[in-house]
Amino acid sequence: MRHLLSAGDLSRDDANLILDTAEEMRSLADRPIKKLPALRGRTVVNLFFEDSTRTRISFEAAAKRLSADVINFSAKGSSVSKGESLKDTALTLQAMGADGVVCRHGSSGAPHLLATSGWLNGSVVNAGDGTHEHPTQALLDAFTMRRHLGSLDGRRITIVGDVLHSRVARSNVLLLSTLGAEVTVVAPPTLLPVDMTNWPCATSYDLDGSLAKSDAVMMLRVQRERMNDAFFPSAREYTRRYGLDVHRMAQLPDEAIVLHPGPMNRGMEISADVADSNRSVIVEQVTNGVAIRMAVLYLLLSGSTDSSTDTNPTEEPTA
Amino acid sequence: MSPASVPEPAAREAENSASAVKAVPRTVLDASDISRALTRIAHEILERNRGADPVVLLGIPTRGVGLATRISERIAAVEGRSVPTGSLDVTMYRDDIGLKPARALEHTDIPSGGIDGKVVVLIDDVLFSGRTIRAALDAIGDIGRPKAVQLAVLVDRGHRELPIRADYVGKNLPTSLVERVTVHLTEYDGADAVLIADKTVADKTGASA
Repeated sequence: MRHLLSAGDLSRDDANLILDTAEEMRSLADRPIKKLPALRGRTVVNLFFEDSTRTRISFEAAAKRLSADVINFSAKGSSVSKGESLKDTALTLQAMGADGVVCRHGSSGAPHLLATSGWLNGSVVNAGDGTHEHPTQALLDAFTMRRHLGSLDGRRITIVGDVLHSRVARSNVLLLSTLGAEVTVVAPPTLLPVDMTNWPCATSYDLDGSLAKSDAVMMLRVQRERMNDAFFPSAREYTRRYGLDVHRMAQLPDEAIVLHPGPMNRGMEISADVADSNRSVIVEQVTNGVAIRMAVLYLLLSGSTDSSTDTNPTEEPTA
Repeated sequence: MSPASVPEPAAREAENSASAVKAVPRTVLDASDISRALTRIAHEILERNRGADPVVLLGIPTRGVGLATRISERIAAVEGRSVPTGSLDVTMYRDDIGLKPARALEHTDIPSGGIDGKVVVLIDDVLFSGRTIRAALDAIGDIGRPKAVQLAVLVDRGHRELPIRADYVGKNLPTSLVERVTVHLTEYDGADAVLIADKTVADKTGASA
């Protein structure tokens, strides 16, 4: 695979290869020199048309730990604010020789367009496009769950909140079902997509009924910036029916964990004492995010870009 | 995601079946030869370093790890205590990393005591061009600063491309470049043996092993 555009493109073997590679990458954090030479001489461009803290920093740290050169691009302060198109921006990056482009965009499908248009030769990684997908977030969530729960086969995972606007939810549902987990999506009817028949998951409007049998609960951020309409009567009502507080958390099985992709609205979808409790793995998710992005960049960019060498996989790596 | 990250054992088996068409692999070391060679190497490591005290064994995946475990067991049997033993993946330090499709990583496991001030004994199955060992030396440099690094290999087949030599050698095996040396270990291949075979003309387009 040359690009990572959707969690749905990953087979179970692909996903496990990324997770296993990330496991090796994570051990780097314990070393005195947190640097590997795998991507020396490669250039990674972080192309961010939308605001982001952890995803951009995470990709930047991942690329730098693999010794790649990193160029950060954000739409604010660039020629995009003068009206430059995505195509012209892509052609500029191509002319500068970008081996990998990490793209976040407010419009669903922008990374797909970059990957398939022929404007760029490099690998494209989707770092979140509109309300479509955010595959590296799903990978880091699966990685975090796997470290706590072991194999995800048959595990019951509940995703709660604003599914309608959430690229995190879509990528997670696709990836977790590929990995064999049973996913339940819980949200008010107004925050579920109209047609979910193609989603490989169960749906529910009742959070309390789902918690007792969940191995992991993922709370989604209520995305006010994407809500041009009234989706629920009031923030307080949402919190009362779909927010995770200590009383609801007590219904979870003993070893269950709580995830949140961040940034959190404390007091809205998750209460502060849940976010800071010992079941919460939210900070660990950020650490794991760097390892996952290192694994993705390594697998996409470290190999030969010349496809003719792909036909010679039998060479033996002896000394 | 990674189109051609072929697991090593599968690759070696493929080579074996390919070479079997042209020439039957010849066994140069059998199970008891390997066992005796490893026992000797274990004793040589203890002799050279005056005991097991400063020694850390690091096997290079895949088969170097199995050999490191065996040497570690033999040292424990002689000294009455175990030596720290781990594995060191060198994939990301290889000089041909950008020339081939991305490879899956192997497991790196550095013993908890670290390697600073220790004598690291690298262990691999076959010493050939020396490029794997060069990569391993770079990898060690990122992990710590050992007092010394030594190298133990089961087979030294010659044809070095870098100024690297082994401190402990199970068997010096003069080979020609058209031959292929394969190490089988019970843990991975079901039996212990070192095999040598002529490479078929078809599979050696530029292959250097």
